[in-house]
Amino acid sequence: MTPPLFRVRRLRKEFAGNAVLRDVDAEIRRGEILGLIGENGAGKSTFMKILSGIYEPTSGTLELEGRPIAFDSPSDARRAGVSIVPQEFNLAKDLSVEENVFLGAELLKLRRVLDRTGMRVRTAQLLAELGANVSPQDRIEGLSAAQKQLVEVCKALAFDASLLILDEPTTMLTRREIDRLFALMRSLKARGMALVYVSHKLAEVKAICDRVMVLKDGELVREAPIAEIEPPEMARCMVGRELREIFPPKRKAVGPVVLEVRGLSSPGAFTDVSFTVREGEILGFAGLVGAGRTQIAEALMGLRPSSGVVRVGGKEARARDAKQAVRQGFGYLSEDRQGSGILTGFGIAENMTLVSLRDYASLPFVIDRDKEVAKARTWRDRFGIKASNLAAPLESLSGGNQQKVFLAKTLDPGPRVVMVDEPTRGVDVAAKQEIYRFLAELAAKGAAVVLISSELEEIIGMCDRVVVMREGRIVGELEGNHVEEREIMYMATGLRTGANA
Amino acid sequence: MNAALSFLQRVDKERYAAFVALAILTVVSALLSPFFLQWQNLLNIIRQVSYTGIIALGMTFVIVSGGIDLSVGSMAAFVGCLAILVLNGSFEAGWPEGTAVAAAVACAMFAGLACGLANGLLVTKGKIAPFIVTLGTMALFRSLSLYMANAGEFRSASSLFGELGSSAPLGIPLPAFILVGLAAALAFIFGRTRYGRYTRAVGSNSRVALYSAIDVDTTRLAAYTVTGAMVGVSSVLISMRFNSVGSSTLGVNYELDAIAAVIIGGTSMSGGRGTVWGTVVGAITLGVINNMLNMVGISPYLQGTVKGLVIIGAVFIQRQRQ
Repeated sequence: MTPPLFRVRRLRKEFAGNAVLRDVDAEIRRGEILGLIGENGAGKSTFMKILSGIYEPTSGTLELEGRPIAFDSPSDARRAGVSIVPQEFNLAKDLSVEENVFLGAELLKLRRVLDRTGMRVRTAQLLAELGANVSPQDRIEGLSAAQKQLVEVCKALAFDASLLILDEPTTMLTRREIDRLFALMRSLKARGMALVYVSHKLAEVKAICDRVMVLKDGELVREAPIAEIEPPEMARCMVGRELREIFPPKRKAVGPVVLEVRGLSSPGAFTDVSFTVREGEILGFAGLVGAGRTQIAEALMGLRPSSGVVRVGGKEARARDAKQAVRQGFGYLSEDRQGSGILTGFGIAENMTLVSLRDYASLPFVIDRDKEVAKARTWRDRFGIKASNLAAPLESLSGGNQQKVFLAKTLDPGPRVVMVDEPTRGVDVAAKQEIYRFLAELAAKGAAVVLISSELEEIIGMCDRVVVMREGRIVGELEGNHVEEREIMYMATGLRTGANA
Repeated sequence: MNAALSFLQRVDKERYAAFVALAILTVVSALLSPFFLQWQNLLNIIRQVSYTGIIALGMTFVIVSGGIDLSVGSMAAFVGCLAILVLNGSFEAGWPEGTAVAAAVACAMFAGLACGLANGLLVTKGKIAPFIVTLGTMALFRSLSLYMANAGEFRSASSLFGELGSSAPLGIPLPAFILVGLAAALAFIFGRTRYGRYTRAVGSNSRVALYSAIDVDTTRLAAYTVTGAMVGVSSVLISMRFNSVGSSTLGVNYELDAIAAVIIGGTSMSGGRGTVWGTVVGAITLGVINNMLNMVGISPYLQGTVKGLVIIGAVFIQRQRQ
């Protein structure tokens, strides 16, 4: 029996002692499309990055056609025949298609001079094979998402890839473009190529793949030929696990409605969104990445234009800017802590009071530092932030402690509506548990909490009511006993809509 | 002991570095020339650095907020021309000399403020890179001054104006008083008020500032406006000093000296970090270097070389520390 094209044995990857991939064994065969699925953080992207030479494994081996192999770099992997079409395209937008296809590996003549004719002919040939309606001289900037994707595929094929990895390739494509991509994938398969298809869309996985691998918490939990597994079971494998005792007890909120959103839309982000949040309630927002959940929070914070009705405590509260939103009682913990959350060069106290600085001014503009430090100290003690010096810059703190500072910053103005977006991203389990407890306490004290999370476990552990979004719309709402992983997954992936909404 | 330790931790190490550099430079200069430490020489240095030093105070806000202002030198000439025109005009209209001088000072302040505001609006509302905006206004202000004075100079008709410029209350030159006074005021604003905190936040990461409900545009706009006002003050003082304004000579290379003072003072070129007093130290450091080069008889044409090397060196050291 011939060996598989690619085989990994006991592949393991750790970051700072945290295992994100735990001893995975897998093989990838010629002429096969392998589906790779799993929740966010399950280890899919780490797995792909190891295959394509971006990461080196902590332990374990890679074998190509039965021989052990190690990649030092992505270009190393590309030479060995492994190419990746990334989710975020990696194209220089000011260069032409042909320049991009051969970028970093230009064909030369006379050893120094670019063989432009050669590259153009080869690119044209590849584009024709792919059935792409693109000319080699077109600039990337003017191309559609689907066309850019074909350029990425072209890049992979220009180097005789034997293994092609496609990371969430259909998220930006229309139905017709997806059909065309699938046809292309089948023809590549027929040529004997191996393809790895990474996706959240289980129906597509079922339609295109020959075999599927499910990763969960860095482990391979299920592997099956596609005929033996249906999307509902895939969803169950992705999320099915015991809820550990890290969540505080849930409580049903019966207080008055604090936040009311009616027919809120934001062009290009979400459409006609309506929901309410009661006093003391934690409302979950579930859905896949890109479903429009973060954009709703941004719109409510006045960070993106929107139309529709927003009321807080019965009063009109649609904000034009963040300052107004804060005044109207909104608080937002964004998903990107480093990019839009905290200032790493600022001290702990300075970060905590950044939104509420107005409250620390003795004269209209002069900051009362004693008051500021005193308040920062109470937050530190309440959240158990491990730092002796409140002036220490945030970059000296661990991710979990930074996140607690961020939470303190969000809560310091005393918002009535607290929106937390991926509140436990990049923090360890102990800090997670604490953050869950703070959120529950916050709700118990009467705040209306909106929890946006891609970790279903978190949504289910924290929320009594969950809104599910897909492609910019609310597709369903679950409550009480119906808040369940499978139901959410069905709705989020488009296998079912409505439910008991 | 503990208090002292925590005080040391709180002291901004970058400001500290600028002070140390100035101290070393002072010792070296004193050893090189016996005249260096003479009272008159020291006062001279302070007066010389005051004009660009005052502008550098405003430039500190601009650079900390993540911007740059290249137009300050040309703006000084433009504002100076307007001030002299107002001075002479009101003097000839028969106003008392004191009132005419006050009118000229007010005009300079107002014109500087307006020019700074224009820069700021182009940067924030026009969403044009600060480098480009102020490069454009740099050319614009200079050209307007040259046009107004037909490339020549405006002489002040008031002797009081000139006397004020060389006045030295308590034996200390007027510009030095104003430099220190403005530095104290701006250091307070920078370190103790909401606006100062917001300026650092915006320069540190404008996206975080935006998400923290800080009015990013207003904060940046204010930095350019403050700088414009400082240019107004500086321009009046230098016009008083010569009792005239040379449309082609006033303010030449001021942007270079002001930016250099800010950077030598430890302010990060990428924004977010810096101090006002550091800038004062940076300005004095530049003055001491020039003075020392004069004393040891190095050609004045080479002073620019040394200044250039010092600026590059200061940024290089910043990089190393990061």
